[in-house]
Amino acid sequence: MEKTWNNKAWFMVLPVLVLVAFSAVIPLMTVVNYSVQDTFGNNEFFWNGTQWFTDLLRSQRFWDSLSRNLIFSGIILALEIPLGILIALNMPKKGAWVSVCLVLMALPLLVPWNVVGTIWQIFGRTDIGLFGYVANALGFDYNYVQDPVDAWLTVIVMDVWHWTSLVVLLCYASLVSIPDAYYQAAKIDGASRLAVFRYIQLPKMRRVLTIAILLRFMDSFMIYTEPFVVTGGGPGNSTTFLSIDLVKMALGQFDLGPAAAMSIVYFLIILLFSWVFYTVMTASDAQN
Amino acid sequence: MARITLDHIRHAYSPEAEARGDYALKEVHHEWEDGGAYALLGPSGCGKTTLLNIISGLIRPSGGRIAFNGVDVTDLPTEARNIAQVFQFPVVYDTMTVYDNLAFPLRNRHVPEAQVDKRVREILAMTDLESMAKQRARGLTADQKQKISLARGLVRADVNAILFDEPLTVIDPHLKWMLRSQLKQLHRSSGFTMVYVTHDQTEALTFADKVVVMYEGEIVQIGTPTELFERPSHTFVGYFIGSPGMNVMPAAVQGRTAVIGGQEIALAGTPKLGGEGRIELGIRPEFVRLERGGLPISIDKVEDIGRQKIVRARFAGHPLSIVLDEDQDIPADAGARFEPGAIGIYANSWRVGMEA
Amino acid sequence: MLELRNVSKRVGKDMHIHPTSLTLQRGTLNVLLGPTLSGKTSLMRLMAGLDRPTEGAILFDGADVTGAPVQKRNVAMVYQQFINYPLLTVYENIASPMRISGADASTIDREVRKAAEILKLTPYLERTPLNLSGGQQQRTALARAIVKKASLVLLDEPLANLDYKLREELRDELPKIFAESGAIFVYATTEPSEALLLGGNTATMSEGRITQFGRTIDVYRRPADLLTARTFADPPLNIAQVVRRGGQFFVGDRLFVDVPAHLSGIPEGPVNIGFQPHHLFPAATAHAKQPIAVHTAISEIAGSESFIHIDFGSERWVMLARGVHEFEPDLDMQVYLDTRHLMAFDAAGRAIGAPAPAEG
Repeated sequence: MEKTWNNKAWFMVLPVLVLVAFSAVIPLMTVVNYSVQDTFGNNEFFWNGTQWFTDLLRSQRFWDSLSRNLIFSGIILALEIPLGILIALNMPKKGAWVSVCLVLMALPLLVPWNVVGTIWQIFGRTDIGLFGYVANALGFDYNYVQDPVDAWLTVIVMDVWHWTSLVVLLCYASLVSIPDAYYQAAKIDGASRLAVFRYIQLPKMRRVLTIAILLRFMDSFMIYTEPFVVTGGGPGNSTTFLSIDLVKMALGQFDLGPAAAMSIVYFLIILLFSWVFYTVMTASDAQN
Repeated sequence: MARITLDHIRHAYSPEAEARGDYALKEVHHEWEDGGAYALLGPSGCGKTTLLNIISGLIRPSGGRIAFNGVDVTDLPTEARNIAQVFQFPVVYDTMTVYDNLAFPLRNRHVPEAQVDKRVREILAMTDLESMAKQRARGLTADQKQKISLARGLVRADVNAILFDEPLTVIDPHLKWMLRSQLKQLHRSSGFTMVYVTHDQTEALTFADKVVVMYEGEIVQIGTPTELFERPSHTFVGYFIGSPGMNVMPAAVQGRTAVIGGQEIALAGTPKLGGEGRIELGIRPEFVRLERGGLPISIDKVEDIGRQKIVRARFAGHPLSIVLDEDQDIPADAGARFEPGAIGIYANSWRVGMEA
Repeated sequence: MLELRNVSKRVGKDMHIHPTSLTLQRGTLNVLLGPTLSGKTSLMRLMAGLDRPTEGAILFDGADVTGAPVQKRNVAMVYQQFINYPLLTVYENIASPMRISGADASTIDREVRKAAEILKLTPYLERTPLNLSGGQQQRTALARAIVKKASLVLLDEPLANLDYKLREELRDELPKIFAESGAIFVYATTEPSEALLLGGNTATMSEGRITQFGRTIDVYRRPADLLTARTFADPPLNIAQVVRRGGQFFVGDRLFVDVPAHLSGIPEGPVNIGFQPHHLFPAATAHAKQPIAVHTAISEIAGSESFIHIDFGSERWVMLARGVHEFEPDLDMQVYLDTRHLMAFDAAGRAIGAPAPAEG
C-alpha cells in the first residue's frame, strides 16, 4: 500500500531475462539446429532432414531406455507419494519437535545430487560400504555392480531417500493449514482415522499433491546424476535411462545429430506427460 | 440430552500460572438443566471459550469435576462425551453431498442405513435443507454451510448437548435473523440442551433461557434476559448488556435518597449498605425520562438512529445517555427523571439489595 | 471531492460493478451498506486506484485520476483484518507512512503522539502489534490512516472482527476522529444499525449497483425502492401485498388498515406496503388502532424488547415490541400497525409513497 511508484524495478528483471536467453532459448535453438544436420567435424554441416528422428524412433536402444524411464518413474511415484503422505501425517503439528522434524526432512534435499550418488555408491559397496558389507555378511547376495536387480534397487532406494522429503514438506504445509475445528468436528462426529484422512486431509492436500506428483514425475524422468555416479548405467544397460543414453551418445560417441534429435524427443515426451497429467488433475478439480 | 454439572471447575493454562493464581477461568460451580438453552456472554478473554472447551472435553480443567446427568466425564475425551458442536467458521465435508454430511455421524456409529435415511430426511425437513440434499457441500454459501453443520449436530438423537461457538460470526445480518429464529425453533422442537458462546448480546439474549455473563474469568451473573436487563447484579453486566449500556455514576446514599452532585434522587427503597467502599448509582438509558422540571441536564447531541433517538447529555458532570422512541419529541428546557424502580445501587461494582 | 462518472468493473464475464455515478464531498462520512458480495469492496478498490475501472472516469477535485495507481493518490485504507507491520513497534507502525513521505523526526514524533493520544494508544507505543488486543491492533491501523493525512480514507468493515462492545466504543469515536481532518471517508458495512449509528450519508448496494445515495436517515426513512428498503432494515422489513380501494387497504376481501394521510396520493389498485418491525404493536395504541390477524411462529426476548416472529398469510413478519412479550408458537393473535410510517411500492418495487422527511 505504501510503496514508491516507478518503473525502475523492470531493470532488475533484466539479468534474469538475459540468463534465460543464454541458458535456455539459445541452447535449445542450437539443439534444433543440430538435430536436422550431420557433421564430420571441422564445423562442416550438411542438411539431413528428419533422418535422425526416424533413426531414433526405429532404434531398439531408444525404446529400451524410454521404457526403463517409465518404469522407474512409475515405481518412484508409487513409493514416494504414499510414503510422503504417511510421514507428513505422522509429523507433529506443534511443539519443539516440529522444527527438529522439518530440519531432518530438509536435510536430504540440501545434499548435492552427485554427492548423493557418491554416498550411496560407497554405502552399497560390498567391500567397504556399510550397507553392502552387512547385507552380504547376513547372507544376501547383494552386489549392485553385477546384479541388475540390485542396481535398480539401489537407485530406487537412493531416489526415495533423496526426494520423499519434498513430498513430505509439501503435504505437511497443507496439513498444518487445516483449522483445528475440522479435527474437532470429526472427533465429535465419531469419524475413524481413515475417514478423517479421506474426507478432510486428502481433499485439502489435493492441490499440493498435484504439484508433488508433477515435480516428482518430471524429476525422476530426467534422472541422470545419481545413477551415473552409482552404476554408470550398468550393469550392462540395465540402468541406462534416456538421459544417460543421451550423454553417452553426445559426449561418448560425439554423435551430435542423433543426440540432438533425441534431446528434442525427450523434451517433448516430458512436456506431453506433464501436460496430460496436469490437464487431467485440474479438470477433475474443476468438476468438484 | 443431559443435565450438566460444573462442580467447582477452574482452569489455568499452565502450572506456573496456577501457582501465581492466574486463572483463565476462576471457580465455576453450577448446574445446568436438561433441555435448557444457555448462552455464555462476555468480551474476548473473559473465559467463555475456555468454559466451552471444558464442557466439550478439549480442555481438562485444572480443578473440579464436570458431569453429564450425574456421570463424571472429566477424564473422558471429546469423542466419548457424545456431544455435538457448531464452530465459528462452518465445518462441512466439502467432497460430500449435503445428505452425506448429515448421515456421516450416524454412519460412523454403524446405525442401520434405513434408520440413517429416516433420521437424515427428518432433519433435512426440519432445517429447510431438503432442496439441496443432493448438492455437494463445496460451493455453498457461508450461511448454507453453517446450516449444514447445525443440522449435523441435530442428527444424532442421543447427544448430551449441542455446543455453539459464535456460530453466526460470518453470517450477514438479514440471514442472522432467519438462522437465529430457526435455531430457537429447533431448540423447542428438539429439546436438546444447548450452550451458545457469543460476545453479541442480541444473539445471547434472544437465544437463551438463561444467560451466563462472564468477565475476567468469572461468572458475574446468571439470569433470564429480563433479569439481566432490569436488575444487573454487577456494573459490568449493566455496561455490557444494552446499547448504549447502563449509566453508572458515583453517588452518596442517605436513607431512601441518592445524592449526585448535590441533586437528590428518590429510590424505591433503602439500600442495605455496609458503609464500605465505592457507591454508584446505575440506571438504564431506557428508564430515564425527559420532561420539564426534571433534574437539570445539558444535552450534547441527539442521535437519530431510526427506530430510536439516543440523547447524549451531562448530569452533574457525568455523561448520561437517554433513549427515546422514534416519534418522541424533546421538550425545551427538559430535565431528566429517573424511574425509581429502575435504579440500582452498587457498592464496589456489585448490586446491593433494598429494603422497602 | 471524489467523483465517479459511469464507472464500471467487469472481470471476465462477471459485472462486479455496474455503471455507477457518485459524488462524495470533502469532510463527509459516507457509508456503503450492503450484504456480502454486493460490491462494496470492489467499489472501494476502484476509488482507491487498486483496480482500474473497465469503463468510466474517476475525478479527484476535478482532476482525472482514472488510470493513476494507488501510490500516486493520497489514499489510506483500513481493513477488516488488523493489518500492521508485525515486527515494528506501535510507534513505528503509526510513523511508517510519514517515514516513507520523508517527514522530519520532530514532525513525525508530534503527529504520532497526537494520533496515539486520540486513539488511546499512548501506553502501548513501545509494544509490537502482536502483543495487543484486537481492538488495540485496529486502533493502530486507524492511527496510521490518520497521520497519513490522506484526502480519501477507505474503511472496509473495520469493526467486523471486534467484540460487540468494542465496536460500540470505536464507532462512537470514529466520526469525531475524522471530522477535523476534512478528508472523504468511505465506510463499508453489512449492518444497517451501524450505518444509522454512524450517520452521515449512505449508499445502499445490491449486486454491484448503488440503489440509493443520500443522507443516512433519509435513505432509511424514505427508500427509493423496495430493494433499498430491504437492504436498510434490521430486523428485516415487513411486507404486505394489499389493494387500495378508496380510503382503505384490503388483503383479499378483508380490511387491512385505513390509508394514512401521507399515502393518500397513491393510485387505486394493488400496492406493496413495507414497514419496520417496531411499528407493529401487540396492543392498540393512539396511532395503531386497527387489529390485524396473524399467526405466531416464535418469540425472542432480548431483555428490554421482544422480537415476535409472526406469519401474515405467506409473509413472515417480525414485530419488535418494547418490554417482555412471550407468545406461544402456533397461536392466532392480533397485532396493531402504526400507519404513520408506512412505505408504499408499486409492482416494479419503486417507491410511490413514503413518510415525510426527517427534520434537521
